[in-house]
Amino acid sequence: MTPSAYPTTWRRPPQIIRDRRWRLAVRLGIVVYLALAISTVEVNWARVYEGLDRGWNFVLGFLRPDFSSRWNDIAQGLTESLTMTLTSTVVGVAISVPIGIGAARNLAPRPVYYLCRGIIAVSRALQEVIVAIFLVAMFGFGPFAGFLTLSFATIGFLSKLLAEDIEDIDAGQVEAIRSTGASWAQVINYAVQPQVMPRLTGLSLYRLDINFRESAVIGIVGAGGIGATLNTAIDRYEYDSAGAILLIIIAIVMVAEYGSSHLRKYLQ
Amino acid sequence: MLRIESLSKTYRTGDTALSDVSLEVPKGQILGLIGPSGAGKSTLIRCINRLVEPTAGAVWLGDVNLVTLGKAELRRQRRRIGMIFQEYALVERLTVMENVLSGRLGYVSFWRSFTRRFPPQDIQRAFALLDRVGLLDHADKRADALSGGQRQRVGIARALAQEPELLLVDEPTASLDPKTSRQIMRLLTEICAERGLPAIVNIHDVPLAQQFMQRIVGLRAGRIVFDGPPEALTHEVLTRIYGEEDWNAMRRGDEEQARAEAEARERMEALAQ
Repeated sequence: MTPSAYPTTWRRPPQIIRDRRWRLAVRLGIVVYLALAISTVEVNWARVYEGLDRGWNFVLGFLRPDFSSRWNDIAQGLTESLTMTLTSTVVGVAISVPIGIGAARNLAPRPVYYLCRGIIAVSRALQEVIVAIFLVAMFGFGPFAGFLTLSFATIGFLSKLLAEDIEDIDAGQVEAIRSTGASWAQVINYAVQPQVMPRLTGLSLYRLDINFRESAVIGIVGAGGIGATLNTAIDRYEYDSAGAILLIIIAIVMVAEYGSSHLRKYLQ
Repeated sequence: MLRIESLSKTYRTGDTALSDVSLEVPKGQILGLIGPSGAGKSTLIRCINRLVEPTAGAVWLGDVNLVTLGKAELRRQRRRIGMIFQEYALVERLTVMENVLSGRLGYVSFWRSFTRRFPPQDIQRAFALLDRVGLLDHADKRADALSGGQRQRVGIARALAQEPELLLVDEPTASLDPKTSRQIMRLLTEICAERGLPAIVNIHDVPLAQQFMQRIVGLRAGRIVFDGPPEALTHEVLTRIYGEEDWNAMRRGDEEQARAEAEARERMEALAQ
């Protein structure tokens, strides 16, 4: 063939749905579904108009945050939240490590694997707010319920990601340590831990700032901490204090974010 | 020293990696295991320390049958067998010294190894071994800071730290350049000679095997098809090991590759003479 005989156009062939008619049908279906779905949303425009006023007050509160008049409550809420965050992260990580090891297919025997995966699934299926409501009902209002909620949530998060990281480790290093006659615990300590430690540290720090943010949310349902203070402020229509609290939460989350990313970089 | 009796391994997928392999390695002998990829070389040495569980047969190390041992006793017996790996298999984020000391894990309690407080004679031996392989100055470096040849030297030191009675060596030079390969092979053979240590070396590089091994065993499709001194490795024998016909379609590619390599090397050697 001469070079001019080759085609000059080329199009990427469809990858998922090969049939042209099916592709059209799927597109049409999506459009129809969206149209139907949007038409079912009822908006009460009169109510929205009324709400604008309240929303504006809220915004004004942000513009004039009042740190001083409720400072004692804010300080107490913050201390509770930070305590809750730190303790729950430490406890959560401590429990997550053995569960994470147990949930790694390449290290744990089958029954242990399924048990640990089960624990992770339960912890992940239950959303923090739901757990918090349940635990507040059980242990009463206050940071103890919050501490338990966050520890529980940390387990699902950290064990799952740790287990996945362990399943991805270099099997050659494990084999080499095993071949020296090392025991199971020594294999974990010498061949697995060095490979997953940087990621475990990173994830723990990441979970620390997630826990702080969550502590504000679960406080609203009664689990103590800064969330409870925020809830009280909103209930009393003290939007200026609420604004101050939200600003403090944002500032702390940002400090934690930058701090932990620097620390992670330093540790790698 | 090591006696393998009709060892077989069939994987769960139904692939037969080894069938009826019998082999005896006396003290101090360095044995090269050659054969095309997929012939079962790796499986054979892993069946000896049971990183792979054999399906049938016996492996006698001295007067212990390794195949029938329970977990705890197997760990104790593994201390007697040092292993050196293709991709070095060092724990990359540990220091060189920790890697060498990990050869002692079978001898110390978990607590001692966890706190890195090894007995003084273990530490002394580790330093001596690092000196022997020429890496005394690198003891505190992390393993991933070393070059390929240096890493394999650490691998050798780790295996020797076990004070083994047998060395299993899996493609020690596969990830190294030709010059470093020769240095590593020389170091290995010297060390084995010094200690009267028997070794089984998986090696796909035929000229390298001929240069350094005292005895060659050729494996093909899980069976021993040649056993003799390196001088007896004629063109005809190599064809028998690396095969010509009788291979199913899947293996044909590997085989051609191996044959092409073997032939290319022969040509290179002819040119060099």
